[in-house]
Order: sequence, then C-alpha cells, then structure tokens
Amino acid sequence: MALRAGDQVAMNGLKEKVLTLDTMNPCVRRVEYAVRGPIVLRALELEQELRQGVKKPFTEVVRANIGDAQAMGQKPITFLRQVLALCVHPDLLNSPDFPEDAKKKAERILQACGGHSLGAYSVSSGIQLIREDVAEYIERRDGGIPSDPNNIYLSTGASDAIVTVLKLLVAGEGPTRTGVLIPIPQYPLYSAALAELNAVQVDYYLDEERTWALDVAELRRALCQARAHCRPRALCVINPGNPTGQVQARECIEAVIRFAFEERLFLMADEVYQDNVYAEGSQFHSFKKVLTEMGPPYATQQELASFHSVSKGYMGECGFRGGYVEVVNMDPAVQRQMQKLMSVRLCPPVPGQVLLSTVVSPPAPSDPSFAQFQAERQAVLAELAAKAKLTEQVFNESPGIRCNPVQGAMYSFPRVQLPPRAVQRAQELSLAPDMFFCMRLLEETGICVVPGSGFGQREGTYHFRMTILPPMEKLRPLLEKLSQFHAKFTREYS
Amino acid sequence: MQRAAALVGRRCGPGAPGPWGRRRSSAAAGASALQVRPARGRRERILTPESMNPQVKAVEYAVRGPIVLKAGEIELELQRGIKKPFTEVIRANIGDAQAMGQQPITFLRQVMALCTYPNLLDSPSFPEDAKKRARRILQACGGNSLGSYSASQGVNCIREDVAAYVTRRDGGVPADPDNIYLTTGASDGISTILKILVSGGGKSRTGVLIPIPQYPLYSAVISELDAIQVNYYLDEENCWALDVNELRRAVQEAKDHCNPKVLCIINPGNPTGQVQSRKCIEDVIHFAWEEKLFLLADEVYQDNVYSPDCRFHSFKKVLYEMGPEYSSNVELASFHSTSKGYMGECGYRGGYMEVINLHPEIKGQLVKLLSVRLCPPVSGQAAMDIVVNPPVPGEESYEQFHREKESVLGNLAAKAKLTEDLFNQVPGIHCNPLQGAMYAFPRIFIPGRAVEAAQAHKMAPDMFYCMKLLEETGICVVPGSGFGQREGTYHFRMTILPPVEKLKTVLQKVKDFHMTFLDKYA
Repeated sequence: MALRAGDQVAMNGLKEKVLTLDTMNPCVRRVEYAVRGPIVLRALELEQELRQGVKKPFTEVVRANIGDAQAMGQKPITFLRQVLALCVHPDLLNSPDFPEDAKKKAERILQACGGHSLGAYSVSSGIQLIREDVAEYIERRDGGIPSDPNNIYLSTGASDAIVTVLKLLVAGEGPTRTGVLIPIPQYPLYSAALAELNAVQVDYYLDEERTWALDVAELRRALCQARAHCRPRALCVINPGNPTGQVQARECIEAVIRFAFEERLFLMADEVYQDNVYAEGSQFHSFKKVLTEMGPPYATQQELASFHSVSKGYMGECGFRGGYVEVVNMDPAVQRQMQKLMSVRLCPPVPGQVLLSTVVSPPAPSDPSFAQFQAERQAVLAELAAKAKLTEQVFNESPGIRCNPVQGAMYSFPRVQLPPRAVQRAQELSLAPDMFFCMRLLEETGICVVPGSGFGQREGTYHFRMTILPPMEKLRPLLEKLSQFHAKFTREYS
Repeated sequence: MQRAAALVGRRCGPGAPGPWGRRRSSAAAGASALQVRPARGRRERILTPESMNPQVKAVEYAVRGPIVLKAGEIELELQRGIKKPFTEVIRANIGDAQAMGQQPITFLRQVMALCTYPNLLDSPSFPEDAKKRARRILQACGGNSLGSYSASQGVNCIREDVAAYVTRRDGGVPADPDNIYLTTGASDGISTILKILVSGGGKSRTGVLIPIPQYPLYSAVISELDAIQVNYYLDEENCWALDVNELRRAVQEAKDHCNPKVLCIINPGNPTGQVQSRKCIEDVIHFAWEEKLFLLADEVYQDNVYSPDCRFHSFKKVLYEMGPEYSSNVELASFHSTSKGYMGECGYRGGYMEVINLHPEIKGQLVKLLSVRLCPPVSGQAAMDIVVNPPVPGEESYEQFHREKESVLGNLAAKAKLTEDLFNQVPGIHCNPLQGAMYAFPRIFIPGRAVEAAQAHKMAPDMFYCMKLLEETGICVVPGSGFGQREGTYHFRMTILPPVEKLKTVLQKVKDFHMTFLDKYA
C-alpha cells in the first residue's frame, strides 16, 4: 500500500482520513439536538426491525417526539394547497376545479415572481409583495400597530432566521464572548446554534411550580452570574413555550422588556406557536405589540427580533420550510449586513414563501373559500385544544407523573418520579436517568418521546416531552399505556 | 479591566446601582418603580457594526452585491417615471434562467402540482406517468404529505433515486443511497461540509483551496467560518485550465501560515465555463491523494456542456476508475442542484451531495448537524427526484419532456456560441470559449485613465466599468473583482440567459458602450 507524505497509519493498517472526529470542527462536535437525537435513531431501528418481521411488544412505533402535525395525520388546509398548486402549475388557472379566490391569489403572487415563476430566485429578503402581506398581518394581529415590510425577512423556517440573528450577535473572546440567555427547559435549536457558533449559553430557569412562569428575578440571577465569564447580549424567550406550553401573561412580557432594556439585551421572541393557544384565560401577546404600547424609550429603542413559521399553528406545513423574522429598532447598517448574509444563500424556498403569504392573508369572510377554510382551521385548533386538555388530564391521574397545564404549543412536558434504583441503573449505563426511562419506554411500548435532559431541567428532576399530535382516537390509549409503563417501571426499580 | 470588574460586582445585587448609576428596586416581576432618564438622544444600540460578528462583516457576495443593489435602485427610479437612456434594467448578474424567461419543464411541474394538491390525482388532465411518480413520492412522506418534515438526510426513496441516477450517469459505478444527502440547494451542502472541515487555530487553521476566479459562495463561507482562503489561479491563456503545478504552488505557499486541508473544484466552471478534461481530473485526484486533501467537486452545471469537444466527467466516476488506491482513500463530496441544467428551478432550493470515503463517525456528525435544521424543503427534494428520475422512452410524457429539455439546452448552447463570438469581435474584449455553465467571463481592457478614475472613486476598475455600463445601458453584470482574477486584469461575468433576440441587443449595447468607454478614457 503506497504511503503519501505525512500519512498516519492507524492500528488496523488503514490510513488516517483527512476528516475525523479529531480533525473536525470542535464546535460542531459539541452540538446536540435531542429532538432528532439518539432516541429517535433507536426508534428508526425499531421501525426497520418491525418491517423485517421481528416480533415486538407493539405493532408500530409512535413518533411523539417531533412537532410534525401532518406526519401524525393532520390534514393540510385546502385553500393553502390550492393556491400553491396554481402557482406551481399555472395551467391550472384554466381549470374549473379551483375557486376564483385561490386563482386570484395565485396570479397576484406569480406576477411578483421573476419570470412569473416559482422557479426563479426571489430577492434574498423574500418576495416584496409577500413581505408586505406579512406586515399587514402583523398590523392586524397587533391592533393596528404599524409594521414596515422592510423590517421583515422571509426565511427557511423560523430556525434559519433565529440562527442568522444569533450569528450577527456573536463576537468577542474569552470573558467578552457573547452570552445568550435561554430558558430552561428550551427548544434545543438554541443550545445547538450557540454550541456551533461557540457563543456562551446562559441558562435561566422557568418556574415549574407556577406553570413554567418566567420570573425576572431569575433572569437577573442568571445575568449577574454570567457577567463574570462572558458578555451577555441577548435574551431569548419562547412564547408560547416549547417544550413547556406556557403562554406568558402580558405583565410578564412587559417585565421582560423592561429588564432587557435596563440590562441592554437584544430580545429574541420565538413566537411560532402564536396560533396555538388553548387554555381559558390564556392569550397570546406579541412582544412587538407590548413593546410598542409601552411607549418610549422601549418602543423606540429596545432591539427586538420576532419569529414566526408555517410549520405550526393550524397549518402544520413543516416540510415547506416557510417563516419570517420581524426586526424592530435594529441598526440600519446591521440590517444591511443581515441582508448581505442572507444573500449568500440566495433566497428562502419560494413555495414556502407562497404558503406564508396564504397564511398571513387568508380568505376574507366575503370570499368563496372562506367557509371551508374557517371550518378546517377551527377543526384543527379545536382538536389540538381537546388533545392538550386530555393529555394533561390523563397524565395527572397517574401517581408519579405530574403534568402542568398545556396552555399552548403542541407538547406536554410532564415531570416523572424515577426511583433511586432506576437512577443508579441509568448511571451504570452512562445514560441520563430520563433517557434510560424513555429508552425502556420505547423498547417496550414503541412510544418515542424525548427525555427532559434534551431540553434542560432543574438538577434532580426528570421529564419527557411528548407531542399532543397523535390522532384523537389513539391518544388516550397511548397516554394510558405510557402511564402504565411508568407504574411498572417504578415497581420494577423500587 | 478593574473598573469593569467593579461594575460587575456592583451591578448585581438588590439595590445596587444600575448601569447608569441609579438605584434599582429589588426584583419583583412587573414592578415599575424604575425611573428612566428621559432620552436626550438615542442611546447606543446593543447590536452595531462595531459590536457585531466581525466574520459576518468580512463576508462578501458579489453576485448580489453593490452593483445589484444599484440595479434595484435604478429599477425603482424607472418605475417612478424618471427618464433614463434605457427602458429596463437587464439582470444579467445571476444564473436564474426562469427569471429571464426560460420555461419550466412541464412534466416536473405536473408532478409537483400532484404532490402539492393530491386531489389532482383524480384529474384527467394529468398523465399517468406523472401521477405514478407523485404517488411514489407522497407514499414516502410522513402522513403522505409534502407538509411533513422528512428525515434530515432527505426522503429515503428520493435518495435511492439519486443513487440510481448517479450510477447510470457514471456508467454503472455504484452509488450508495446512504452516501446521498439531500440539501437546500447545493449551497447548503457546500456550506455544511466546509463547516465540519474547519478546525485548528493560528498556523494550524484549516486552509481551503479555491479556484480563482471562483463562485463567491466559497469565499463568503470561508470568511464566515474564519477559515483560510488559499487561491489557485486558473489559466486564462489556456481556456481557464486547471494546472496541477499551480495547485502545488498554492499548497506549498499556504503551508507557511495554515493547514491546507480542502480542495474545491467547480466543474463545469463558474464564472469561467471551462469543462475540465478527464486527464485534468485524474491529475487533481492524484494531487489530492498525495497531499491529503478533502475534495469538494461542485458539479451543478453537469447538464450544461455545450462545446462538442468537451464532456462532463464526474469526479466520482474518475476516482472509481483510477483503482482502489484512490477510490478507497480519497475523501470526496460532489454536489448537484435543481437550479441549473435544463430545469432552472432555482426557487425550489433543491440539491444533493454524494459523499465518498467519509469516516462513519463523520457521517453521524453530518446527520446530527443537519438535524438541527430538521430537513431540506420537501418540495425541493421532490423536484430533485424528478430531475434524477425523468420520463424514459416508452413513457407517455417522454416525447414532450425530451423536446423541452433539448430545446432549452440547444438554446443555451447557441447563446453560448453567440456570446463568445460577439464579444471576440470587440476590440479590447477577449472572451474564452463558453464550454459549459451559463456565463461569459470576458477579459476587458481598461485604459489607464479609467483605472485612475476608478481609484479616485475608491472602486475596483472593473466595478467602475460595470457601474458605468449599468448607468448608461441598464445592463447589470458582475465585475471580475467579485470572483477574483490575476492582478492587473479585469473581467466581468454576464449570464447567457436573456432570450436570443434580447441577448443580441445586450451584446451590441455592451460593444457600443465599450467602444465609447475606450474612447472616453483613451
């Protein structure tokens, strides 16, 4: 075997590769993303085994790990898909099978596309017409507070825009390295992005005893401790929360804004679940709206980026990767830098932009498609609300499982008691205790949920995140099966 | 330092003075005892050009850079009725065929429409072969819908189709679906692989060899990742050929200040349009093997080869055919896209990469990294599926598909020749043959006085030239300085995408402008 200059020969006689765990980007190596992590890989293997006819204590794997509504049987909204189909294949504009309002919307969008085609790149910040549609949506949503289309940037899902804004914020070295406050528990895109960017993650704990409320005193504690070793520059809030489902009260949002202003923190408001609010007495308040209504100096000086997506809500169009960010009070020069950064990737997928347009400017009451659109939308949201309630209820019937009210979003995040012997066993296996629990749950019932350690939790507590998305008729049996497994598990390790 | 520490110490505690020296009430959520000093002017923002990520600041992307921003402004002025020496801006800056009037392939859009709105599967207006493909794609999607997230590596059956395509393309050289990753355009895959490769610090920082001239995604990503850009010059005198001696020179010099680890090739070339000979590809592979370089082969223009003397040879195929010493050892990533070829489906952001000889643990890391962004757009994945699995002879849609495809490619080939010929008729412009891709990258002679004028305006001379061209004719092209070029030479990149008649007009206008420019600055 010929050797090249500088060749290392490994123990098995094979040559050392250029790209190995040791030579790769160390920041990427530290990245973790539990939502598609080890437990999901195991779920895939089990599905494979089932297909090969291997006998299991269950006949199907239930993927309750990811907020993907359509994968669990939720139907897309007819009107959205009609408009998109018309844009994809404009021959259909001559078809009698499509309603006039869908055709009109499609034509309007196509006019705004290069070559009147979805196949052309758009401007990097998104099709101008659609940015305007988004601005109008925000104005309506926020009771008339103006939104400037030029402050709106369409993106490849909300994740893309969140990462872009974080990228802009990261600077400094050592003690001046950018720190970013994130909630614990969090949606692990944040920790993953911070690891990749080599920024400093600063945890602030949500209060489980008070329905996962955000307490400014805890923000202050986190911030003060962080200042010793980094430069905290941003504060991320997820509202409605993921995985926790809490919907923040208006007073809380005001307090957070005041805190961010006092402490000079750039606010990032992840609001992708703004259409998923179920609990009586809970209401979505956009950070932008509250900020503006607080008047100067907050309204005129607090820097804010708010994110939304087509993946959640009543739409569930995850696969299309549609989303946007609205920036408020951002330095215009930095905004130009952001646009420049986005331009390197040319543009977000145009079909996703089209879907977003239909989401933010749906049929009006006088439109032919309105009745069906409304009915479909209400049905989806009502079903989600019912599933949220059922989940909370069934879990709370179980001793050793305590589930906070699922006020919004798409998940339950119940706390589970794990016997000390189980914790010990987990440690022997080098697994987090809740990972051990979830793995056993998966192997014995086929139910795939994500351990709380993937989202963060207070030391010594254990949780898992389960979606509320399985079909209604399957949900109760699943919840009961899970509860029964927990009881059995507890007995086994007592 | 001490003052900062003192501030930290003092700031955090109940009743401690805040950043502006005021006492703060103890934290009670919602308490609004804080008196805010009325703003006499705005205070400094948190996120400013000075405080932002310096690596992002260093990024440049000429294809949508300053000249394109200027073109946008001029378009707005035209819309407002301001008189110009032209009635429209011609966007010859970007490889976006459909924006310039190229029609999408009917079959592709039919399958996409069926996938988007499956009610259409019952419609008599769609051919059976389109419906068959749509059903196959939908069955492989969660909930049988394009609206579900796919696996992060991409929909399984689409990866299988890509592998089958690669195998066919490469005359039977096997491709493993497990080595195929669907991506959000090729740019996403390129960026991801580069990200994983970059490590080290100071003199051991990863160096990435890129061709000059290059497609500026590479320099932009290298800037963003704070890696080291290592330039190797293509040979303009020789149709932009890649000379291994030049690669060797570049690597040797680079070893002084970085750890050269990656070699990027664009074939067919962008902006240069050269199609590398098989021998050249073998030489490059051998060089990468010798110097232990990870090979990135950007092959998005593999369907855009016009010169009858040229053929596309995939790096994968050549690697395999060079025998096991190479094919078992050289680490390679090849990239393809739905944006170019005969499809021109830029807006869908469809693409894939095939990785060869990657360490299994690295493949695991790759999937992990991709999983954070969940998945590439499923509609783009579906578009890619149709590209790799088009109608075959015997199928209902084959005739029309074939006709449309040949028409697009024939049109592009004609425009490539036309462009090369017309530019070469202009004194002071020299254009290498457009063997492939979608661009002309002619060299332009810029008189000394114009170079001075450019310097006075603090502009690269070819930027000055292109700005004048834009302002006087409405034609938007990208200066060579945005792609890189040998010191003292000037170029611009223009697409060959406008419709033939318009292209002729554009070329004539560029010629007239150039003659006037030469005269003016003689």
